Amino acid sequence: MRLYAVVAAGGFRRYATYRMATAAGVFTNTVFGFIMAYTYTALWDERPQLGGYDLSQALTYVWLGQALLMTCAMMGGGFEDELMERIRTGDIAIDLYRPADLQMWWLSGDLGRAAFHLMGRGIVPMALGALAFDLALPSSPLTWLAFLVSVALGVVVSFAVRFLVALSAFWLMDGAGVMQICWLAGLFFSGMLLPLNLFPGTLGEVARALPWSSLLQVPADVFLGKRTGWGLVQAYAFQGGWALALLAAGRALQTAATRRVVVQGG
Amino acid sequence: MDLAEGDFMDFIELDDVEKVFDVRRKTGRLRRGKHQVRAVDGISFRVARGEMVGYIGPNGAGKSTTIKMLTGILTPSGGRLRVAGIDPSRERTRLAKRIGVVFGQRTTLWWDLPLKDSYRLVHRMYRIPDKRFRENLDRCVELLDLAELLEVPVRQLSLGQRMRGDIAAALLHDPEVLYLDEPTIGLDVISKAKVRDFLRDLNTERATTVLLTTHDLTDIEQLCKRVMVIDHGRLMYDGALAGLHEVGESERTLVVDLECELPPIVLDSARTVKVEGPRQWLAFPASQSAAPLVAALADAYPLVDLSVREPDIEAVIAKMYAERPGM
Amino acid sequence: MADALLSGLRAYGLIAGMWIRSTMAYRASFVMTVLGNFAVTSFDFITILLMFSHVDALGGYTLGEIAFLYGASGTAFGLADLVMGSMNRLGRRVRDGTLDTLLVRPVPVLAQVAADQFALRRLGRITQGLLVFGYGVLVLDIEWTPLRVMLVPLMLLSGAAIFSALYVAGAAFQFWAQDASEVQNSFTYGGNTLLQYPPTLFAKDLVRGVTFVVPLAFVNWLPALYVLGRPYPLDLPQWLAFLPPVVAAVCCWLAALAWRVGLRSYRSTGS
Repeated sequence: MRLYAVVAAGGFRRYATYRMATAAGVFTNTVFGFIMAYTYTALWDERPQLGGYDLSQALTYVWLGQALLMTCAMMGGGFEDELMERIRTGDIAIDLYRPADLQMWWLSGDLGRAAFHLMGRGIVPMALGALAFDLALPSSPLTWLAFLVSVALGVVVSFAVRFLVALSAFWLMDGAGVMQICWLAGLFFSGMLLPLNLFPGTLGEVARALPWSSLLQVPADVFLGKRTGWGLVQAYAFQGGWALALLAAGRALQTAATRRVVVQGG
Repeated sequence: MDLAEGDFMDFIELDDVEKVFDVRRKTGRLRRGKHQVRAVDGISFRVARGEMVGYIGPNGAGKSTTIKMLTGILTPSGGRLRVAGIDPSRERTRLAKRIGVVFGQRTTLWWDLPLKDSYRLVHRMYRIPDKRFRENLDRCVELLDLAELLEVPVRQLSLGQRMRGDIAAALLHDPEVLYLDEPTIGLDVISKAKVRDFLRDLNTERATTVLLTTHDLTDIEQLCKRVMVIDHGRLMYDGALAGLHEVGESERTLVVDLECELPPIVLDSARTVKVEGPRQWLAFPASQSAAPLVAALADAYPLVDLSVREPDIEAVIAKMYAERPGM
Repeated sequence: MADALLSGLRAYGLIAGMWIRSTMAYRASFVMTVLGNFAVTSFDFITILLMFSHVDALGGYTLGEIAFLYGASGTAFGLADLVMGSMNRLGRRVRDGTLDTLLVRPVPVLAQVAADQFALRRLGRITQGLLVFGYGVLVLDIEWTPLRVMLVPLMLLSGAAIFSALYVAGAAFQFWAQDASEVQNSFTYGGNTLLQYPPTLFAKDLVRGVTFVVPLAFVNWLPALYVLGRPYPLDLPQWLAFLPPVVAAVCCWLAALAWRVGLRSYRSTGS
């Protein structure tokens, strides 16, 4: 267990070294936050209470999206590129002989990364958004806590999806295409572009049931106080369920891949 | 160094060349101080057309900075520099047609395409006349044993094959001088021999001037009559290899990554030379096998990863200047 | 100068050709990335469609008008992304040292960096932009005059040049700040997102900023609003709608200047 803590700390530090990149990223998040905030304002001006949000809740949703974009790696988050590269070059064989579990190893690193991104890329855009617009911030510390738990679960779901996709590189010569489609799904079905409760009919029902809604829609609803009491338990169960199912699928794929590497002799 | 001043055969001329970098360093929690690093601190030498010279020194001594100035990548901060009578930093593109460069660790070949496609690009990018190109390619293919590799995507080549491919790519436009940065690094014994044979032939038959940096003493022994040693940005030695001090028994280094930071490892068969966080460096005689040492380590310490480093020219230079402070 | 330009274009063609052949080595993946690229950009527009499932107008603009704006910006940005999209990798090339391998070749470095990783999959974005633009033109009842017709290709090409200049200027900035490729994304991708919506949505100061400071408004807002016969939210003379080619030329000139300064600085500091 201590090993994984070391790996997680390493993941945190690794991203913390790039101060310039972090500052540049905060700038980008803020620019996009402003653009989206203005479009949402126009939308909610036409239709107040759209999707059950009032304007200030809608704006809060925008800035939460910017704050969690990197944390929940909705457009991909780094480790999967590296893992795929290791599979492609065969370096993965070395990882498989390590006295650590492959999935746990990468999960720890990704949790460390997410922790950094929440602080480095999340707080400043959120604060700037709160300065420029009237946001609906929770007053109860318990809501903040419930939100953080939901974010953590979202990160695990996001990891589990990307791990699955990265392992596809064992079978595909070049996984860039699959990866791109995965990022795409993450961006759209997390609710990053538009809250999922604005998606009409069946599309909305499907989108809300897919794992990606754990990345933004669910944490945002927790933050906005739409999920409390039994609703909160359901939200957690939804996220946790997807996390477990996807991690298990990743594990099965990992076993198959390991067998393949061993057969090929590395 | 004692070649006559103004010798018309001088192909590469450096007079008191300097390169100073501003480096920002963390000096406090948030403060950053600026200070200057003299990567190259007044170097002068001449290389005649057709010479083959070894350029060696520890990492960070200024080797690659010098090569970058010679190729026009970097502009010198001071001094005078000429290659084939051209000032590289002012006329980089014109010079580029007359020089060949091989960066040992970075291939310029096209990863996913057959080797011959990379050559076709060189052909057109350097505007090499067709006849000339075919002759040069045929010759490289024959001498570097590339015939069977031309149709193979570069990603499927071994390191040695790729290096040979890279050297050929750097020579198709008939450069008058060839710069080689670690041409034999990571190659097996046979590939090393092939590369060396080829360079020797190239130098004698075409009188191509060759300047090579290397960590491998054998490269120098077998190829270069003349060797220049650079350290701390200054030329420390310029002459025959035989003039360098005989080196005592060399040592290999075992780099060990531990699970956590620990006090220096104590073992009979090796001595700990460096500790940096959870990483430690252990030196042991080159003649001794690493296996028992690794076994002993694994028994007593929580290992994450380890690797063995071979003795190299850096160690030789380090020993040579052991009395100099600041190594 | 003209020589360097010709030699640069030729080198660009050679290198781009090599990349196209490289991509074809992984045909299945190539097809997926083209579709992916098309879909990525489509999701953008689907979002707008979803918005219009709840409203009839956004900022006073109909879906057709927004499609017109979106398509114009998307096509211009798609063209720039196809030709210059690799420029945001410059910082990475400086960091890993591969920029040096480009500097020892007898062709302009800018052309080499721009052509690096040339990807035909980016045609997906252009296709999507053109489709949405076509949709806008079809559903709108534009009063076509010769001037308005002429302005359309002028707008798309000048817009592409303005975005290209932003790519080059952003790359030049990375000579000093190697990890700052995201800043460039704010202006290129962010600019494209901004321009997809009508200017009436945004604060006046923001509109002023993208008109006078970073002249993104000349990509589509000013010329497109003239074609649509809509007033620009700032009080500006109408002939400004015809200024995009001039603005584009000035932007390219400034970007080239920034690039030269950046490259010179790199060659004197080496990092």
